[in-house]
Amino acid sequence: MTRTGGGREVHIAGVAETALGEVHDQTELSMFALAAREALAEAGMTLRDVDGLFVNYMGEEGTVQVGEYLGVTAPRYLDSTDIGGAAFEAFVHHAMLAVAEGRCEVALIGYASRQRTRRARNIGGGAVDLDSLAAQFQTPYGLPAPIGHYAMMAARHMHEYGTTPEQLAEIAVAARAWARLNPKAWSRDPLTVDQALSSRMISTPLRRSDCCLVTDGGAAVVVTSADRARDARKPSVRVLGAGESQSHWHIASMPDMTVTAGAVSAREAFGMAGITASDVDVLQPYDSFTVTVLLALEDLGFCAKGEAGAFVSGGRLAPGGALPAMTSGGGLSYNHPGALGALLLVEAVRQLRGEAGDRQVADAEIAVAHGVGGYNSTASTVVLAR
Amino acid sequence: MTQTYGDAVTAPFWAGASEGRLLLQRCDSCGAHRFYPRPFCLSCDDDRSTWTAVSGAGVVYSKTEVQVKVLPGLAPPYTVAVVELAEGPRMTALIVGADGEPGPGCEIGDAVDVAWRPREDAPPLPVFRRRP
Repeated sequence: MTRTGGGREVHIAGVAETALGEVHDQTELSMFALAAREALAEAGMTLRDVDGLFVNYMGEEGTVQVGEYLGVTAPRYLDSTDIGGAAFEAFVHHAMLAVAEGRCEVALIGYASRQRTRRARNIGGGAVDLDSLAAQFQTPYGLPAPIGHYAMMAARHMHEYGTTPEQLAEIAVAARAWARLNPKAWSRDPLTVDQALSSRMISTPLRRSDCCLVTDGGAAVVVTSADRARDARKPSVRVLGAGESQSHWHIASMPDMTVTAGAVSAREAFGMAGITASDVDVLQPYDSFTVTVLLALEDLGFCAKGEAGAFVSGGRLAPGGALPAMTSGGGLSYNHPGALGALLLVEAVRQLRGEAGDRQVADAEIAVAHGVGGYNSTASTVVLAR
Repeated sequence: MTQTYGDAVTAPFWAGASEGRLLLQRCDSCGAHRFYPRPFCLSCDDDRSTWTAVSGAGVVYSKTEVQVKVLPGLAPPYTVAVVELAEGPRMTALIVGADGEPGPGCEIGDAVDVAWRPREDAPPLPVFRRRP
């Protein structure tokens, strides 16, 4: 029995996706409310059981508007940590500690967005505050955000280690192969390395095929104690460990463009769980860009620094490969609602429960979800086990 | 451009830029240069520093050629780089040609020198030119 911090064993007892893709008949709040009710139903609970809220990017003041909408009027634990796509694995970290210490019993984590329908993305990434450091020293140079930041990391990795565009394309191809097995995936047409390499260049060396989708979506996740998880309608999964870190905001301040905050978040999470990368049966890396996966594979210890290009070759991450990764199709081909981390947790849980249908990884016992935020600025890692 | 630009900590940098000088804080205690500007040295914590004109020489640490439109008045393709200055700190910058205009590419490891790109409503922007 793995226990955390001397406290109680903690489980994920319910997960649900919101409506995905292009959502015209719901709002963000109603999408999340429906997903929350579904995830809680899996856990054998209702909204009346929720006493901890872990939510961000759903209106001002973090958790408060979602709580009001859901009728969760007197929770006793609130967290709206603002670290972008990495927030949701960090929420599991924080919820695990809070539940283990008895500061809350039923933690509801999640997010929903309609960034596609609202056409809410723009590539300028302009600093709104004209006095900010970014507005003075970065925005005037026209670096597209976020892709230009990740492009510089890819270029540096290629320079230091000989990584190739074909190897980055292998990651996109693997994600697409998984998406073809997921009826809910947005992009399900076949994709080859040659097709990927002929897609439009955006910010060298990254092409359209290296970039995630922009879709509507979201998810809800319920974290609770092992005792409370006994009432769940589906098998709950154990939270074995979690960790988080950050590295930089401005690209010129990234200490080493080939090393991410994932090196620390994974060290912490794997250390708490008592595992190494070789114990992981199925990986849900944050695939905002192909290079995000490339760097994470090294920083999480699946291969040595500089070796991820060779590591991903030959379909290692794809269906039938030695390290099944992005098994939903990921942000690259399944869904990317602006903050992917909650959906990574959903897929990890479904793989461990054995309910992933055509894309099920046989006998998956240990899954890792790895969130990334900002410009590869923040990272958080969660280790789950059935 | 005589009015103050930047913020309380960065204003001397932009005052230097207005005169075509790349000024960095140099720690009076350990000698480390720092960028962006801060109230004390992150290497040794000492508060004392002197705004010092640096060589403007650097090496391209990484770069990307941008092929989409991001800003008005900056037509793609152009190259944005992170340059590691001879004095140590890194800066984000455009790469410009001999004519001072954005466009030409560069490779990681290329030697570059600072140049100044005029702006209408702000001090000149430090950019970098590949050394011939």
